[in-house]
Amino acid sequence: MSTHALLVDRGNLRRRNRVNRLVEASSTVAALLAVAVLLIVVGSVLSKGIGALSLHFLTTPAGLFGDTSGGISNAIVGTAIIVGIAALIAIPVGLLVAIYTTEFAPQRIAHQVRFVLDLLNGVPTIITGIFVYGLLVEHRHQSGFAGSVALAIVMLPIVARTAQEVLALVPGTLKEAAYALGVARWRTLVRVTVPTAAGGLITGALLAVARVAGETAPLILVCSIFGQGVLTEPSEALASIPVFIFQASESPSPEAHTQAWAAALILIAFVLALNIVARAFYARSRKRMGA
Amino acid sequence: MRLEAGAISSPVLRARRNRIDRIGDPLLRGLSGLAAALAVAVVAGIGYEVVHIAWPAISKFGIGFLTTNDWNPVTERYGAAPFIYGTAVTSAIALLCAAPLSIAISIYLTELAPSRVRRPVATLVDMLAAIPSVILGLWGILVLGPFMHDTIEPALKSALGFLPIFSGDPSAFGYLTAALILTIMATPIITSVTREVFETVPAELKEGAYALGATRWEMVRQVVLPYSRAGIVGATILGLGRAIGEAIAVAQVIGGATGINVSLFHTGSTMAAQIAAQFQGAPGALQKPSLAYLGLILLAFAVVVNVVARLIVQRGTLGDTAVTPTEAEAL
Repeated sequence: MSTHALLVDRGNLRRRNRVNRLVEASSTVAALLAVAVLLIVVGSVLSKGIGALSLHFLTTPAGLFGDTSGGISNAIVGTAIIVGIAALIAIPVGLLVAIYTTEFAPQRIAHQVRFVLDLLNGVPTIITGIFVYGLLVEHRHQSGFAGSVALAIVMLPIVARTAQEVLALVPGTLKEAAYALGVARWRTLVRVTVPTAAGGLITGALLAVARVAGETAPLILVCSIFGQGVLTEPSEALASIPVFIFQASESPSPEAHTQAWAAALILIAFVLALNIVARAFYARSRKRMGA
Repeated sequence: MRLEAGAISSPVLRARRNRIDRIGDPLLRGLSGLAAALAVAVVAGIGYEVVHIAWPAISKFGIGFLTTNDWNPVTERYGAAPFIYGTAVTSAIALLCAAPLSIAISIYLTELAPSRVRRPVATLVDMLAAIPSVILGLWGILVLGPFMHDTIEPALKSALGFLPIFSGDPSAFGYLTAALILTIMATPIITSVTREVFETVPAELKEGAYALGATRWEMVRQVVLPYSRAGIVGATILGLGRAIGEAIAVAQVIGGATGINVSLFHTGSTMAAQIAAQFQGAPGALQKPSLAYLGLILLAFAVVVNVVARLIVQRGTLGDTAVTPTEAEAL
């Protein structure tokens, strides 16, 4: 009974159990640490930002450089416009790319397009900023539209890749049923495939918006020098919440820091809320498709 | 008969429908193909445009740019060495911290956590990736930086001060603070991929190990980790891609010095951070091109890292259970 001998070897077993307990404890501590860091960061933003948050702060444009009596209404409006246009560009294009790879493209080409999207996803956003600078800003001037294009490029692979995953999950039997009834391919897509996948498609779009709402690097390069007051014209440079936080965080004044915390609170609340809503949609759509 | 009558009642309507369908299919195919071509064009355009802007610096400094330890807008002499060093050091430390941490978190989530807390904890770890980098940078400046200066760095100095990397005066900003911020950014990315890979380990193998009398750790070490090795490596390289490309948060906490310093407490800069800090309003005729040259080096690193990571992750996960990194990152 050699296994028996192994199991009654008390000293050895005690050591193995000790090692096991040690690893289990450190794994648990690691998970707690990650959660703790999240809570500490969000808690810092909440506790330091909530004091400066007021109706005045939300409805007044930022003051001149160094003047911290203003608010972030111009940045809120600017972010809404920049991210809105970016979404209008990236969501249809991303969905079309996904439709191409899942419905039309030969397998080899679909694979290559997927690879290109992964490459694009791996391009540092600051490089995207340099690209859009060269494309739209050099020899001209900064603009909200240039910011939108940069953010749309960041969004595109996220929208397209999640849409590909979700469209691939749509049961083939549904599509085949439509084809068997003589329904054209595009009609099947519009009336069967896309509605079935809607939950997951919305998830991808929301996650992409959440991702770029806080994106700062490309905006620093293509949309960071703007005029006073609430501007709404995308052909000129617009203020944005991330750029406001960045510039205020670089300032030495404690008042500017307080403003940065308050703006960060607005941004983080928006981004986390969007993430939670996106997850809800994802869970619902998976249930619907029986995945 | 009933089906046909129900579907399209009149021959006139059916004819119109056929006409629309004749246009509809090629139209959708053409539009979607165009969108895919646009995505490919953007990637090509990024490469072209960065080289184009960098060209004056490329032709002036050549390949020696990579090893020149100088960044002087007055004399217009630029080199990438301090920033390549900064990127390498901060990313390496970040991965040294984030990879073991992520593996431990994944072990907890797949093997230890009670099923009730599993999903919430996994979601919270994922949420860490959703925090905008500019906010993490703000937190780095005002909370983590002072804590590093007052507590962590003095402790490291007194314990390990004989090592040159822990010599010098503690400072709120520098390589080490930046590396910790990058650790926070890379951990959720690595965790989400390793966790998914751990979940693909067949239960039979695990049960086999338990049946042979293995403790949980012995099972993990002898079954889960070997089975997931490729996935872990791929996930870590994906985390590396995130770390080398981060511009804003690093620019906020690394201090912006343009030299090479052995001490991790010292201020420095990385390629991405240097571009973020100086590109806008760079005055010198060669400064913008030199920053774009830095960008080109960074882009080359990022592309290689991402291609390698995805190849490894795809090969490491077997068959149809393959985890797509994008999905894992997004969700």
